[in-house]
Formats: sequence, C-alpha cells, structure tokens
Amino acid sequence: MSPYSLMILLLCLSSAAYYLGKKKAFAVSADVGGARQLHSRPTYYGALAARWCGIPALILFAGWLGLEDHIITGMVVSELPETLQNLPADRINLLVNDIQNMVTGNIVSREVDDVMRAAADHYRHLQNISSAALAVLVLAVGIGGMLWVRSRIVPSLRARNHVERIIRYLLIFCSTIAIFTTIGIVLSVLYEAIRFFHAVPVTEFLFGLKWSPQMAIRADQVGSSGAFGAIPVFAGTAMISAIAMLVAVPIGLMSAIYMSEYADRRFRDAAKPLMEILAGIPTVVYGFFAALIVAPFIRDAGTTIGLDVSSESALAAGLVMGIMIIPFVSSLSDDIINAVPQALRDGAYGLGATQSETIKQVVLPAALPGIVGGVLLAISRAIGETMIVVMAAGLAANLTANPLATMTTVTVQIVTLLVGDQEFDSPKTLAAFALGLVLFIVTLLLNVIALHVVRKYREQYE
Amino acid sequence: MGLAAILASLAFLSLLFISIIGKGYTAFWQTYVRLDVHLSADQLDRTELETADYPGIVKKTLRSMFPEVKSRGDKRKLYALISSGAAFQIREMVLEDPDLVGKTVSVWVPADDDVDMLVKGHIERDVPEEARRLTDKQLAWVDALTGEGRVEKRFNRTLFTHGDSREPELAGIWGATVGSFLTLAITLLLSFPIGVASAVYLEEFAPKNRWTDLIEVNINNLAAVPSIVFGLLGLAVFLNFFGLPRSAPVVGGLVLTLMTLPTIIIASRAALLAVPPSIREAALGVGASKMQTVFHHVLPLALPGMLTGTIIGMARALGETAPLLMIGMVAFIVDIPGGFTDPSTALPVQIYLWADSPEKAFVERTSAATLVLLAFLIVMNALAVVLRRRFERRW
Repeated sequence: MSPYSLMILLLCLSSAAYYLGKKKAFAVSADVGGARQLHSRPTYYGALAARWCGIPALILFAGWLGLEDHIITGMVVSELPETLQNLPADRINLLVNDIQNMVTGNIVSREVDDVMRAAADHYRHLQNISSAALAVLVLAVGIGGMLWVRSRIVPSLRARNHVERIIRYLLIFCSTIAIFTTIGIVLSVLYEAIRFFHAVPVTEFLFGLKWSPQMAIRADQVGSSGAFGAIPVFAGTAMISAIAMLVAVPIGLMSAIYMSEYADRRFRDAAKPLMEILAGIPTVVYGFFAALIVAPFIRDAGTTIGLDVSSESALAAGLVMGIMIIPFVSSLSDDIINAVPQALRDGAYGLGATQSETIKQVVLPAALPGIVGGVLLAISRAIGETMIVVMAAGLAANLTANPLATMTTVTVQIVTLLVGDQEFDSPKTLAAFALGLVLFIVTLLLNVIALHVVRKYREQYE
Repeated sequence: MGLAAILASLAFLSLLFISIIGKGYTAFWQTYVRLDVHLSADQLDRTELETADYPGIVKKTLRSMFPEVKSRGDKRKLYALISSGAAFQIREMVLEDPDLVGKTVSVWVPADDDVDMLVKGHIERDVPEEARRLTDKQLAWVDALTGEGRVEKRFNRTLFTHGDSREPELAGIWGATVGSFLTLAITLLLSFPIGVASAVYLEEFAPKNRWTDLIEVNINNLAAVPSIVFGLLGLAVFLNFFGLPRSAPVVGGLVLTLMTLPTIIIASRAALLAVPPSIREAALGVGASKMQTVFHHVLPLALPGMLTGTIIGMARALGETAPLLMIGMVAFIVDIPGGFTDPSTALPVQIYLWADSPEKAFVERTSAATLVLLAFLIVMNALAVVLRRRFERRW
C-alpha cells in the first residue's frame, strides 16, 4: 500500500473514531439522564477517540518511513556475497545506488549481473514486506487506540481535560521545532566541518593565504594541489560587504531621517510601499540585474577612464547588494528614530535649536545605539547574501584590496563546492561545511550582539 | 539630502524594473516560420509512424524551398534556421492524425533562436560576418522567407507550456512554475500550522522562564540566519541522513518551511498580541477553559494578521534560491514534475540557470521569467495588503 493511500485511510479511520466516540458518549449518558450528565460536551469524547486513533499511528508511520531505507539497505548489503562486502565503503555505496536504481527502474551505471539482479529482487521483496507490515501495524495501532478509548468512555471521564492536554503537548512540540532546527544546523555543519578539519588543520584553514579547493583525483595529476587557506575568501566577503554597507548605510539612514522627521504624511504613504517593493524583490533578480546591467556598465565606465576593470568586479556585486540592503537599513532606522521620545525634541526646540540642529545633536545621538544594532544586522545579511554574489562576483580567490578586481565570497564558495555531483569524503566538499560553520558563527554573533543592543536601547526609552 | 537618498533608491528601483521589462517583453513573442511540408508516403511508413525520420522531412522541405543550395556546409547552415523542435511538432501532428500522410500541409514551426534574435533586431546586420551569429547567406535566406510572408512573430506559448530545454526557442517556465508550486504547497501545509501553533503556545500558554526565553531568542536568531545555511542543513540532514530524494519538491518544501517558520511565528505572535485582553477575560468569565478561549475567540480574531504574515513568508519562500541550490534543485530537468518526489526546479532557480547560459536568446527569456516571478510576488503581496486593509481592526 502506498504511503499516500495509507495516510488517507488513517484520516478516514480517525473521523470514524470521532463519530464512534461521540456516539458512545451519548449511549453511556442515556442511562444516567442525558448528555447533561457527561463531564464534557460529547464532541470532546469523539475528539479524544480520534486523537488516540490518529496520533500514535502517525508517529509510528513517520518513524517507520524514516528508518525503512536504512534497515532494508543494511539487510541487502549483508546478503551480498563476501567479495562484494569487503569492498571499500564508497564502492559499496555505489553498488547500493545501482541496486536502488534497478528497483525503481532507472538507468543503471554498470553491467547488470546475476548478483545485482538477485540483490535487486531481494530489495524489492523486502520493500513489499515492509510496506505491507507498515500498513497492517499502522491500522492495528489506530483501531486499537480507538477501541481502547471507546471502552473507557464513561460519563465521569474528563474528556475535555484530556483533549486539552494533548493539544497542549502538540503546541509545545511545535514551538520546540525552532530549537531542533538550530541544533540540527549546528550538528550537521559541525559534524562535516570536524571531518574536514581532520584532513586540513584548523589553523591552515583559518590563516592560510591560498584558496584553491580543486583536489587531485589521482596522485599523478598536475595542477590541482588543493589549498584550503580561507583568508582570501574572508577578505573577499569583507570587501563586498563593506562596499554594500558604504552604499546602504548612508542612503538608508538618510532616507529614514527624512521619512521620520521631514516628510509629510502623503509622501510617506507613497514612498514607504515603494521601499517595501525594493525589499521584496528576490535576490536572484538582483543578481541577474547585477550581472546583466551593472557589471558591464562599470566595466565600460572603467575602460573609458583607463582603468582595468574585471567583468566580475567586487564593486558591481557590492553596489547591487547595497541597493538590496537599503530598505532593510531604512526601515530599522525608521523604527528606532521614531522610538526617540518626542520630549527630547521638544526640549531641544525649547532651547532654540533649529530642526537640523535638533536632529544632528539630539535625535541622532539618542538613536545611535539602536542604529548601530541595525547596521550590525545589515552586515550579517550582507555576509550571508548568496545569489547576488554567485551571479555577479567571481570564483577566483584573490587577496587584493582593489575593488575592481574579481573576488570571491564564502557563500559563492559554498555554492560552487556543493552544486553538482559530490562525494562526501573529499575535503573539497567538506570545506563547504567548514565555510558554512564560519558563516553561521559569524552571523550568529552579529545577530546576538545586534538584538541585544537594540533591545537595551528600546528598554531605555520605555 | 534625505529626499535625494529616497529618490536615489527609487531611481534604482525604476532602473531595475525598466531594464528587466525592456529586455524581457520581447520574449513573449517568438518567431515562427511557415513550412509547406509534404508528408510523402514513402518516407512515412504507416506502421512505423513513431520512429520515422521527421528531421529528414523538415530538411527535405527546406531543400525544396531553396533548390540552389548545394554544398554540404551550406545545407547545414540552411537547416540551422529552423528549430530542432520542428521535427517533434510534425511528428506529433502526424501521430494525432495519421490520415495526413501523403498530403502537403502548411505548418508554422519555431525558428531557431538566432533567427528569432535577428527578427527582433538583437543581431545587427552591419557588423562583419565573423562577428555575427548568422552568415550573410543565412541572412539572405531569412530575408527571402520574410519576403514570401513565411516569417511571423506570434505569442510565445512555448514559454508558458514547456519545461527547460537547451534550445532557447523550445525552453519554457512551466516545469519550474509547477516545481515552485509543489514546493510552496509543502511549505504552506507545514509552516502555517506549526507556526501558528508555536505562536499560540509562546504567546498564550508558555510560562515565563528560561526555557521559553531560550526558544524566543532562538526564533529571533533563526530569522536572521543566512538562507544558504538552511540549505546546508537540508543537504546534511534530509538528503544524507534521512535519504530523501535529491532535487525533489518535498525536500525543498521542508527546507523552506524551516526558513519561513520564524517569520510566521513572529507575525502570528504580533497578531495575537493585538487582540485585546478583554476578549479573553470575557470568554473566561462565561466559563470557557483556557484552551476554548484561545481557540474559539482569540485565534479567529488574530487569524487575518497571521494569514498576512504567512503570505509574506510564502512570498519570500517563492523568491528564495540559495537553499534550493544546495539540495540539488538546479538540475537540468525537461519534464514537468508530476508529484512531490519527482525531480524539479523552481522559478528563481530557473532564472539562475538561464542567466548562466551563453545564448543571447536566453537573456530575454531570463528577463521574461523574472517578470513572471515578480508578477507572482506582486499578486501575493497585494493579497496580503488587501487582507490587512479588509480585516484591520482598531480596538
């Protein structure tokens, strides 16, 4: 039975449980003087039966599907002949892949021999057993849960409290998913990164000056030594983010000041949604814009004044990234400037300050901590931004201070290392996870600091 | 100064739109060439219509139209004027109506992308022959065809009905759109209930202690984690650990769910917070339990705000590319995905793929795909705005 139809069957079973539970509640209450004598309203008895029918079965279902593949693969591998079992791990993986392809009817990358065919048949056989067993078990658990609750329905059963407790646990479970996500990120990235650091020492990765992640596949191959010094990558990231900030912070800040202090209502109502559009454009569109319009424009402009500009210059990527971040900076600063109490402004006006003096000497200093927090958040976005740099910045890791040269960033390297075919035992692939770990830690630190600063600032005036 | 800053950013916005629309609008038209194809019975054996030599028929038709072309090189250049999709088109026509065999039919077939570019004026005629994608002879043939009224620009239906292709004139965004739709469906199905449930717990039930503080800080931080890190998580956990299929919308949906959850939770909590306490007190006062209060009274009032937040989160998920690159949704996929586990791409990934292609015709198609993506986003955001306006309530 396919998982989909099993799912639908389970749903039907749960609704049946609902009606049975409700009917039972009416039935048991009929002897003692009507539904009024029940502890809870009859629907709660139905709901309780439906939940006991559905939830344990669903948990079983999910657990089974998660583990099925591993177990079946393990059983098939253990049935393989001795000679094949003694192969190195990656060869066995390839073999298993081929067997799985045979089962699903895909193209197989090697000649099919009898052993393979037998293994595939075995695999298919196990799969059939497994799905049949799953269907029987899930339905049995569902029906069992339903009957168990139904047998326990008496007028004094506190069905509402039971149902509410179940809902509460569900709510708690949902809100812990955020924690599990963080743990998942940390563990997955950390695990692969540690494997990487077994091959390449941490110090070499963090302080090395040469980045060329192409590894030689054979020992006698020329030209691909594999150097994993990430300093040029970090430098490129810093350069492009710095250019982006040079664009975004002044423009964003000034538009925020204008919006909150000078602009009249009509202008604000018109300009704000437009700025929000700028914030809502997907980054891939910015990337396309950067690669198609901005980069050639900068190259041509550079050529006319006699500069040698690379067509994938850091300047183009940084510029467009800056444009992307403008609305982010401006909306954060807008909030923060609005949070400065009116009393401060009134006090400055009372002392005879002009509007621009008030803004420069009273409002901005008061808002400064919050603005710094906002800028930190913006920096963390610039560092983590991927598509613009993938499309507009280069791949070559250059350690240079020239913004017109081509540079690469952490995110670009992650994408280029991981897109396409990968093998999970080469440092080349694992390096992406090490870079991801650095990226995660740096952005996390920036965020924590920024959120802390902004919160402290808010509390100051509340 | 401030005004100049706003105007500068708005100028960037309009420059972006103008350049993309300017490059993209021509992609909605495609050049077609009318061929009078003679489906001779000796080339088409009725018993083997499926495997007949359709490219040969197209070539023969072209030779008969330009009998003066003799040398092999010239012939090859002549054949290059017509898209390789023409043969498939004729094949399907014949398979649908086998009675056509033996007749001469007049069909409009897509021209090659270089011809298309020429007709649209993207290939300049006065540059030297070597610097041009089309030779002088090819230009003359196209002019001859145009003179006979055999060249026409028509609405580009291929763009909206086909999957990806190596040939620009046969490439479409329908496959990517379906992939995006499937991915978003998974994202919506998972992230809305989970997001609302977490928001309800954190806002209405959670005791104020270290544990809930930790969850809160966590959600705020997750909202600012770069999207590519979620892609790494998806690659390591969903693909390598759980062994889910690569390039599948179901994995994309899971990753995007984790990514949009913080947005939805934060918006939903704000919506719950906006419901005045008097509603809760009134419900509790007439004897509702805490759970009944929340689910029967507070949640319905907060729902419009939650939906607005969800739509905005979905719009972000629709435009997201980087995590999908990590889980292999960048493959070259021609078929239209039919289910949640079929390999597929997504609309923004298609834009990324096409932007990398060297053919000039892909530039306008990339712009067109971008326009379609932006149109979807504008519709979603407008929906959110309408929802907010319609249900906005001041207490």
